[in-house]
Amino acid sequence: MASSNSLMDSLFQRSLEDLIKGLRLGESTFISRSLEEIRREIKLTDLSTKSVALQKLSYLAALHGVDMTWAAFHAVEVVSSSRFAHKRIGYHAIAQSFSDQTPVMLLITNQLRKDLNSSNEHEVSLALECLARIGTDDLARDLTSEVFTLLGSSKALVRKKAIGVVLRVFDKYPDAVKVCFKRLVENLESSDPQLLSAVVGVFCELTAKDPRSYLPLAPEFYKILVDSRNNWVLIKVLKIFAKLASIEPRLAKKVADPVCEHMRKQNVGKSLLFECIRTVFSSLSNQEVALKLAVVKIREFLMDDDPNLKYLGLHALSIVAPKHLWAVLENKEAVVKAMSDEDPNVKLEALHLLMAMVNEDNVTEISRILMNYALKSDPLFCNEIIGSILVACSRDSYEIIVDFDWYVSLLGEMARVPHCQRGKEIEHQLIDIGTRVKDAKLELVRVSRALLIDPALLGNQFLHPILSAAAWASGEYVEFSKSPYEIAEALLQPRTCLLPDSIRAIYIYSAFKVLVFSLGAYFSSQEPTSSPLAQESTSSGPSMVNGFTYNSISSLVNMIELGLCSLSGTIDVEVQERAKNVLGFIGMIKHEIAEKATSQNSETEAHRAIAFMEDVFSEELGPVSSTAQEKVPLPEGLDLNENLEGLQEICREVLEPMAESDYSSDKVSFSVAKLRIRDQEEASSSLPPPLESSSLLAEHRKRHGLYYLSSQKSDDHNDRDGNDNNTSNEYPPANEISVDSFKPKKKISKPRPVVVKLDEGDEPKRKPDASSSNDESLSRAIQTALMGKGKGKEKEKEKERVKENHEMNVDTENIEQSSRREKKNKKNGERSGKRSSRRQRGKEASVTKPVEVPDLLL
Amino acid sequence: SNLSLQIRFILLQNRQGKTRLAKYYVPLEESEKHKVEYEVHRLVVNRDSKFTNFVEFRTHKVIYRRYAGLFFSLCVDITDNELAYLECIHLFVEILDHFFSNVCELDLVFNFHKVYLILDEFILAGELQETSKRAIIERMSELEKLE
Repeated sequence: MASSNSLMDSLFQRSLEDLIKGLRLGESTFISRSLEEIRREIKLTDLSTKSVALQKLSYLAALHGVDMTWAAFHAVEVVSSSRFAHKRIGYHAIAQSFSDQTPVMLLITNQLRKDLNSSNEHEVSLALECLARIGTDDLARDLTSEVFTLLGSSKALVRKKAIGVVLRVFDKYPDAVKVCFKRLVENLESSDPQLLSAVVGVFCELTAKDPRSYLPLAPEFYKILVDSRNNWVLIKVLKIFAKLASIEPRLAKKVADPVCEHMRKQNVGKSLLFECIRTVFSSLSNQEVALKLAVVKIREFLMDDDPNLKYLGLHALSIVAPKHLWAVLENKEAVVKAMSDEDPNVKLEALHLLMAMVNEDNVTEISRILMNYALKSDPLFCNEIIGSILVACSRDSYEIIVDFDWYVSLLGEMARVPHCQRGKEIEHQLIDIGTRVKDAKLELVRVSRALLIDPALLGNQFLHPILSAAAWASGEYVEFSKSPYEIAEALLQPRTCLLPDSIRAIYIYSAFKVLVFSLGAYFSSQEPTSSPLAQESTSSGPSMVNGFTYNSISSLVNMIELGLCSLSGTIDVEVQERAKNVLGFIGMIKHEIAEKATSQNSETEAHRAIAFMEDVFSEELGPVSSTAQEKVPLPEGLDLNENLEGLQEICREVLEPMAESDYSSDKVSFSVAKLRIRDQEEASSSLPPPLESSSLLAEHRKRHGLYYLSSQKSDDHNDRDGNDNNTSNEYPPANEISVDSFKPKKKISKPRPVVVKLDEGDEPKRKPDASSSNDESLSRAIQTALMGKGKGKEKEKEKERVKENHEMNVDTENIEQSSRREKKNKKNGERSGKRSSRRQRGKEASVTKPVEVPDLLL
Repeated sequence: SNLSLQIRFILLQNRQGKTRLAKYYVPLEESEKHKVEYEVHRLVVNRDSKFTNFVEFRTHKVIYRRYAGLFFSLCVDITDNELAYLECIHLFVEILDHFFSNVCELDLVFNFHKVYLILDEFILAGELQETSKRAIIERMSELEKLE
C-alpha cells in the first residue's frame, strides 16, 4: 500500500552521512540508485523526509555533477517549513540550483518576503543570502522595500547582509536606488568595521563601473581613508579612489597624503602596502612625493625572497612603466634576474618589463639577449619572447627600428629557432616591410633566399607561413636577387610537396615572376652573347643580372618546365591552374628563345608577350589601409541596401547568417565557397533541394556578378596576392600611399630608410563597447538621488558638524548635462573583465563640464 | 549579469582533482562547472611550492594555496588584491580548523553542509562580508543551537 511504503521510506531513509559513506565505497551505480531513492523520498509529504532527501540531492549536485533542477518545486516546499533546519536546507538548495530559467521562481517571492520580514534574524539572513545569489529582475523589484527596511535594521548582522544584497538588487532593478541609496550612504558613517567593509565593498563595485556618479561621495570616502584601521576596508577605499582620482585629478593631490601615511607605517600589512603602491602607480603617479615613496617601497617587494612579493613587485612596475620608466630602469637588475626565475609567471612579468625598456638605441642589444633566452627556454616562453619582440618592433609602423637590414635578418633568425610558432606574424611583417621600406628589399631578398633554399625548413609546418612570405618576396623583388636561377630552383624543389597547396600556389607564381624577369633581361640585352655573362654581379643596385646567355636562360626555362610538368595533374585546382598557366606561357615563347640568339628581331610575338607580362608585374604593391574599403566612393545611383535586401531574400535558405563570419560588419562580403559548402550540407538534409537553390544562385550571380568576390581567399591575403584577377575594374584603386619623410638621426651612420605609413593608421578601428541601458538608468538614478541628498544634507551638516569647507555644492544642471553628454560619448573604460579595457581606462573621454567636487578636496 | 563580482567561485580540491567543496557566485551550466574544476585543478596541481600563489585563469585570476592534501582556490578579478585574498583563504582554513580540530579532508567530506554554512557567513554574493574569526565562530554556535 502506498502509505505503508511511504512510512517505510521515512523510517529507513538513508541520511546524508549514509549517502556519503556509501559513495566512498562505489560510485556511479550507487549514485543512480541513490537518485531513485531520493526521487521517491522527496515526493513524500513529511517535511523532514523531504528535506533530508533534498539535502542529499544538493550534495550530489554540488560534488558529483548530478542535475537537481527537477526538484525545484520540492525546494519551495521545504523552504516553507517553520523549522529552521528545513529552511536552511531549502534555501541552500534554491541558492544552488535556481536560475533565471527556473519555472517555479515566482513561487518563492512570497516566501522570501515572509522570511525577510521575520523577527528571527537568522531566517532573515537565510532569505538575504538566497536573494543575493539568485535574485532576478522580478524578485529585485518586488522585494526592494523589504531590503530597504533591513538596511536600517537594528541588528548589525542583518544590515550587513542587506548591504551585500543591495548590489545585486541595484543591478537587476535600478529604480531600487531611489529607495535604498540614502540608507546605503548613511551606513558609510557606521563605526562597525564589518558593516563599513560591506558598504565600501558595494561602492567599490559601483564606482568601478561608473565613477563619475559617485564623485560627490568623495568626502565620506576620504574620512574612511584617514580614520579606518581595518585593512580590508582600506584596501577597498583605495580602489575607489583609484577610480575617482583618474577622472578628477584634484582628488589625487588630496588623497596622496593619507596614502603616504599608510605606506610609512611601521607594521603595515603587505596587502595594504601593495594596494597603496598600486593606487599610487595607477592613479596618483603625478604626485611626486607619493610616487617616490612608492618606488622605494616596491623595491622592498622586489628584493624579498617570497616569490609572491617578488612577482607583485614586478607586476606593479609594469603598471608604472608607461609614464615613469625611470622606476623600472632603477630596478633593471631585479628584472633581468627575474628572467631566469623558474616560475613562468615571474618570467613573463620580467619579459614585459624588459620590453617596456626597449627603445631605438638598445633594441638590437636587448633583442640579442632575448633571442639567447629564447633558444634556451621551453616552447611556451620561447614563443612569448619572440612574440613580444615582434610586437614591440612593429609598433607604430616599426617606429623603433632604425636598421631594417638588421631587423629583417632577425626575422629570418627567428624562423630558425626550433620552437618558433609565430610563423603568421613573421610572415606578415616580412611582407609588410617589403611593401613599406624600399631600402630593405635587398636584405629581404637575401634572407628569403636563405630560407627558400633550405630543404629542412619545409618539413616544419610552423614555418610554412614564413616560407610563403619568403617565396612571395623573392618573386616580387626578384630584381634584387643575385641568382634568379637559384631562386626558381628552390621554389620548385621536390620537397615543396610538403607545403600546403595554397602556399605551393604562391611558390609557383613567384617562379613565374622570376621567369618573366629573366626572360625580360634576356630579350632586352643588346650585345651578342658570345661569352657567358656573369650571373653573379658585384654591384648592389637593383639590376643585378647583366644578362642571360642562351644557355643559362634555356636551362632556366627547362628547369621550370620540368618542375611544373609534374604539377599539372595535381588535384588542387589552384596549383594545377597556375602550373598550367606558366607551362602555357613557356610553350608560347620557348621556340623564340633560340631564335633570339641568331636574330636581333625585337618585334617577335614572344618579345611582345614578355614585355606585356613585365608590365603587369611592374606596378609597385604598397600597403593597404584597413579603412580603404570604406573610402571607395559609391557610384552614382547605387542603392546598396535595397539591392542587398533582395539578395538576402533569395539566398535566405542557402546562406548562413552574416554575423558568423569573421569579416567586419562594415564590409559586405560574400564567399561563394561558403555557399557551395552549404549547398552540399543541405543536400543531405530535409531542406529544399540544393539544385533549386544553386540554380537560383547562378541566376543571381549572372545578374549581380559585381557583388561577388572572385577569389575564395579571405581578405587578408589580398595584400599579397594583389595580382589576383580582380573583376572590379569599375572601382577606383584601393591602395592609398602617403609617404612620410624622415629626418636622419645625427649619430647614426646609415640614415633610417623611408617607411611608408598610411594616413589613418593601419589598426582596424576598435568598436566602442555597447553601452547597456541598465547602466545608464542606474547612473541616472544615482545622480538624481545624490542631488536630492546633497540639498538635504547641507542643512544637517551645518547643524551637526563644524568642519571647514564642507559644503556640497552639487550643481543640478551640471550633473544632468554631464550625464546627457555621457550618453553621447560613452567612454570605453568600463570594467569588462578583459585586459584591453585596462589600457583604455587611462584615456577616458573628459566631459567639458565636470561634476562639481566638494570644496573639501580643493 | 553586468556585475563584476569580486569572487566568482571557490573550490576545494584534493590532489587527485576530486572536488570537496564548490561554491559558484556566477551562473554556470553543469558542464561548464566540470570544465572549470578540471582546468583549475590542472593549473594548480603542477605548480611548484616555490612558485607564486596566483595564476591567470581565462580572463580572471585564481589565487590558491595548498594545505596538506587540499587545494583551496579562489577565482577573482584580474585587478583584485592577491595578498588580501591569500589572507582570506588562510582565515577560512583557520576557522575550519577551529570547528573540526585539525581539520582533514574527511571532515570536510562528511560535514559538507556545515562547511557551506561557514562559507556563507564568510562570503555573500561573491563579496567578502566578514573578516573577523571570532564573529564567524560566534555566529556558527548560534546557528547550531537552532538546529
